[in-house]
Amino acid sequence: MSQPPMDLSPRRIGDVIVLGPVGRIDHLNADDFRAAVEPHLAHCEAGGASLLFDLSALEYISSSGLRVLMVAAKQSKPRGGRIAVAAPHPVVAEVLEISRFNLVFPVHATVADAVQALAAG
Amino acid sequence: MLIRFWGTRGSLPIALTARQVEAKIAQALLAASGRHFDDIAAAAKFAAELPFPIAGTFGGHSSCVEIELTEPDGGSHDYILCDLGSGARPFGGSVLARQGAATPNVFHVFMSHLHWDHIMGFPLFAPAYIPGNLIRIYGCHRTLEEAFRAQHGAPSFPVDFSQLGARIEFVTLEPDVEVTIAGLKVLPKEQIHAGGSYGFRFEHDGKTFVYSTDSEHKLDDPDVTDGFIDFFRDADLVAFDAMYSFAEAISVKEDWGHSSNVVGVELCQLANARRLALFHHEPIHDDARIATIEAETRRFEEITRVDAPRLDVFAAYDGLEVRL
Ligand SMILES: [Zn+2]
Ligand SMILES: [Zn+2]
Repeated sequence: MSQPPMDLSPRRIGDVIVLGPVGRIDHLNADDFRAAVEPHLAHCEAGGASLLFDLSALEYISSSGLRVLMVAAKQSKPRGGRIAVAAPHPVVAEVLEISRFNLVFPVHATVADAVQALAAG
Repeated sequence: MLIRFWGTRGSLPIALTARQVEAKIAQALLAASGRHFDDIAAAAKFAAELPFPIAGTFGGHSSCVEIELTEPDGGSHDYILCDLGSGARPFGGSVLARQGAATPNVFHVFMSHLHWDHIMGFPLFAPAYIPGNLIRIYGCHRTLEEAFRAQHGAPSFPVDFSQLGARIEFVTLEPDVEVTIAGLKVLPKEQIHAGGSYGFRFEHDGKTFVYSTDSEHKLDDPDVTDGFIDFFRDADLVAFDAMYSFAEAISVKEDWGHSSNVVGVELCQLANARRLALFHHEPIHDDARIATIEAETRRFEEITRVDAPRLDVFAAYDGLEVRL
């Protein structure tokens, strides 16, 4: 059964591509999330764009969803690409801390903060 | 069914250092300041109410867990164990203390895998030296017997395997094939770990215990995840390899063969399990650190619980008994 692709409402702020997942990402739709992120990874490299996940509309993300972010970071890092997340709900922020994701992945309070940090290099 | 944890530490046994004991005493004294205790009983009562990382310790023995179906009555008994890490030594000692050496017993041991921390207790497992005992070691690895013989004898140990007094038998099990042993239904399942490891689902009298240690969860294939959800389904207790944080397990320690508290909670929630024991603790973590992880894991369970009964989460410690 095919589902409509996950809409991440991509938008661009300067050299930053902003992706905004909505609702819940768990082990059931993590692969759709991965498929929706993938096309943007190609642009994420040194001299290209940075990738920012705006989590303000994300209610919950499971380990499978976090893994998609980690894989994206691993793929783009060797090419000099940069990935960050911003504006998590309090509950999602707690998930990031308990999973220690915040120690290996830049987490910013707001999209503006993140764009500024990514622009600063 | 009673589950008794004899060894809960991952990779290598550890012990508290003098400095760590001193720090616990200092914290206890601080908590007691201004109080007066008339006798040791009053002091002991106060100590029992202190937070676990102050008055207790998660312990340092490597993996060994006992499944007790019926209480030993002094006569011959069928004991059931998972793994023979260093926790097997105090377990063996407790059997001898209770029954003496004259009572012949049967020991059924289910081996997750043959890494050193899971077999190292066997050379110092006293019942193995006593004629009349029968030790039956079950596992899915073809090299089961070879691994036990190799660590027992020169150059690693003074006593050769052939000198053991007990009768020792090795029984190869097949993954995904359920067998009944000592009245217990046992289902082995292959897991991701260097050299392979196997989880065991034990069922008896309507109760289910899942022993799943040294198991990495890649989370890249929903079918594999579903397989573990089925394996944990409706379990009364899951002992789960929670050695690393989730971020470590999928980044710097990817492919190291271990999992995290976060994945343990998620799988247990999806499987509708009742209790989750965090197991195979990282040896560099002290008691305070494990207690913090335990508290965070409970919080994680709380915020991720959706219309489901509460999953009871705790960090296993040497000496813990859980009645199912
Ligand atoms: Zn181990
Ligand atoms: Zn191992």
